[in-house]
Amino acid sequence: MGTIQPKVEAASDEITLVHAAKAGDISAFEELVKRYDRNVFRIAQHITQNREDAEDVVQDAFLKAYQNLANFQEQSKFYTWLVRIAVNEALMRLRRRRPERMVSLDEDIKTEEDSMPREVADWSPNPEQLYNQGELKEILGKTIQGLPPSFRTVFVLRDVEGLSTEETADALDLSIPGVKSRLLRARLQLRERLNKYFKNRTGGDGKP
Amino acid sequence: MTCSDFLKELADYLDDSMDAQTRAELEDHLQWCHNCYVVCNTTKMTIEIYRDSHLYELPDDLRTRLRTAIVSKCEGHKKQVSDPRGQSDAPTAK
Repeated sequence: MGTIQPKVEAASDEITLVHAAKAGDISAFEELVKRYDRNVFRIAQHITQNREDAEDVVQDAFLKAYQNLANFQEQSKFYTWLVRIAVNEALMRLRRRRPERMVSLDEDIKTEEDSMPREVADWSPNPEQLYNQGELKEILGKTIQGLPPSFRTVFVLRDVEGLSTEETADALDLSIPGVKSRLLRARLQLRERLNKYFKNRTGGDGKP
Repeated sequence: MTCSDFLKELADYLDDSMDAQTRAELEDHLQWCHNCYVVCNTTKMTIEIYRDSHLYELPDDLRTRLRTAIVSKCEGHKKQVSDPRGQSDAPTAK
């Protein structure tokens, strides 16, 4: 069975852009915005689950990054540093919207039990083809929305954006075992919740 | 190896971050345990579906609007830093 490989690779000219931006070159910074705005938006929308908040996070995260470029020590990739800022902005907005609920990356829900597979059923060979694009996005959005914020944050950074475990730990200020535990549980919970949409129904049309 | 042991190693297995011996033990377990095979396979599909879904794509018009606002705010900040008495009039994207 094959494994999953990360997809984000920093371009080699990035550090040149960062240095130019640090020296005050806004067009160099704009290049960095162009390079990562889609990623920041996706991360923000995954965490906040709110389009308006995600738009604000993109603006505020890049502005904060620009304002604090002098503090970027270049010990990590620019993208990892930017993600750290964006995640903090997104969590802050989520807290504002849900003041009644504690929102924290330390949130580590109950026991391992919540992620133990309850239903084991094989899926159709190409489950995403059972639905049209719009239906599929709705299913995936609704499903990930049900995860605790700390789980979906780790999942989006590791599995959607392709950060390494170490980069995710660095961006979120979590330990490596902390990232791994949340990631495993996020993946298993999503799998469990997607079962009802994707499981193989021999003889049926595949839709619930 | 029990199914519970297998599950604990599942994330590392899918990420291919384990030593050869543990990998061989897990693959041996997968040979005879259908349930773990299914959980492993469907978890891998879950990751791939999300990765390929283009969920939450940034539309081009919004992208341009946000970028213009960001650049404008950065210019406002730059001006303020170089001339602290001046007023920043950077617009927002809204």
